[in-house]
Amino acid sequence: MKARVHVMLKNGVLDPQGEAVRHALGAMGFDQVEGVRQGKVIDLELAEGSTEADITEMCEKLLANTVIERYEIELV
Amino acid sequence: MRAAVIVFPGSNCDRDLAVAFERAGFSVDMVWHKDSTLPDGVDIVGVPGGFSYGDYLRCGAIAAQSPICKAVVEHTERGGYAMGICNGFQVLTETGILPGALLRNGGLKYICRTVGLKVETSNSAFTEGYNAGDVIDIPIAHHDGNYFADDETLAELKDQDRIAFSYTDNPNGSRDDIAGILSHNRRVLGMMPHPERAADSGHGGTDGVALFRALSGVLTPA
Repeated sequence: MKARVHVMLKNGVLDPQGEAVRHALGAMGFDQVEGVRQGKVIDLELAEGSTEADITEMCEKLLANTVIERYEIELV
Repeated sequence: MRAAVIVFPGSNCDRDLAVAFERAGFSVDMVWHKDSTLPDGVDIVGVPGGFSYGDYLRCGAIAAQSPICKAVVEHTERGGYAMGICNGFQVLTETGILPGALLRNGGLKYICRTVGLKVETSNSAFTEGYNAGDVIDIPIAHHDGNYFADDETLAELKDQDRIAFSYTDNPNGSRDDIAGILSHNRRVLGMMPHPERAADSGHGGTDGVALFRALSGVLTPA
């Protein structure tokens, strides 16, 4: 089985990299871009029988730092 | 007095930190990240700067899961002293020993220069060689030193006088100009600036010496 984990900075945590991307898009003429937040996508290949609870534990312990990040798990 | 300096793949300030401890009178053991125990009788653990595991995933995240970090967590839970500098500070926040996290610098650039640090409290083994309010010159060298903690945590750090150092001219966007913080029991220090790089006249500054000297006077093993 496969799972995809999306990790994003929490709302309220400044994302200077996203802000730099927004700035660059604006400079390229994409004036409609009002905000950019950058995150990570982590694809996991898992042995059959793995549970969403296992993945949640992985996220809590390593894949995300819940002080600054939130995560979403997608089973694919 | 015995200090243990942890060495991860990618550490690059481990020897500088060891020398600073030695100059202050410590005997130093270098401890490899795959070891699962600290040497007996260690008074303080130093987690050095560098780029442990290439900063993969997040700075300090993989190092925080290494066998030796479990031993460091247990050491601090027993009331043992520890200090994390730069990447070491990032590792200590990732282990949960210290609150908050270090984000990418606000200006996105890696910054390597000497900055002014205000000593916010002299009430710790690390800072008692200074007076609160002193301004000292210490180098920084980081890309991810932008200290973040939520409002509640910041209030707690302030109320409990646990901000050790703040920047006089915030270089990286850290909340409340925070450069270094203390644990609840004041026995763990995390700081982004490098006192071990201001510990010899050849470094161009010696304002970090007082930190290591103060430590050598007061520690008790855990």
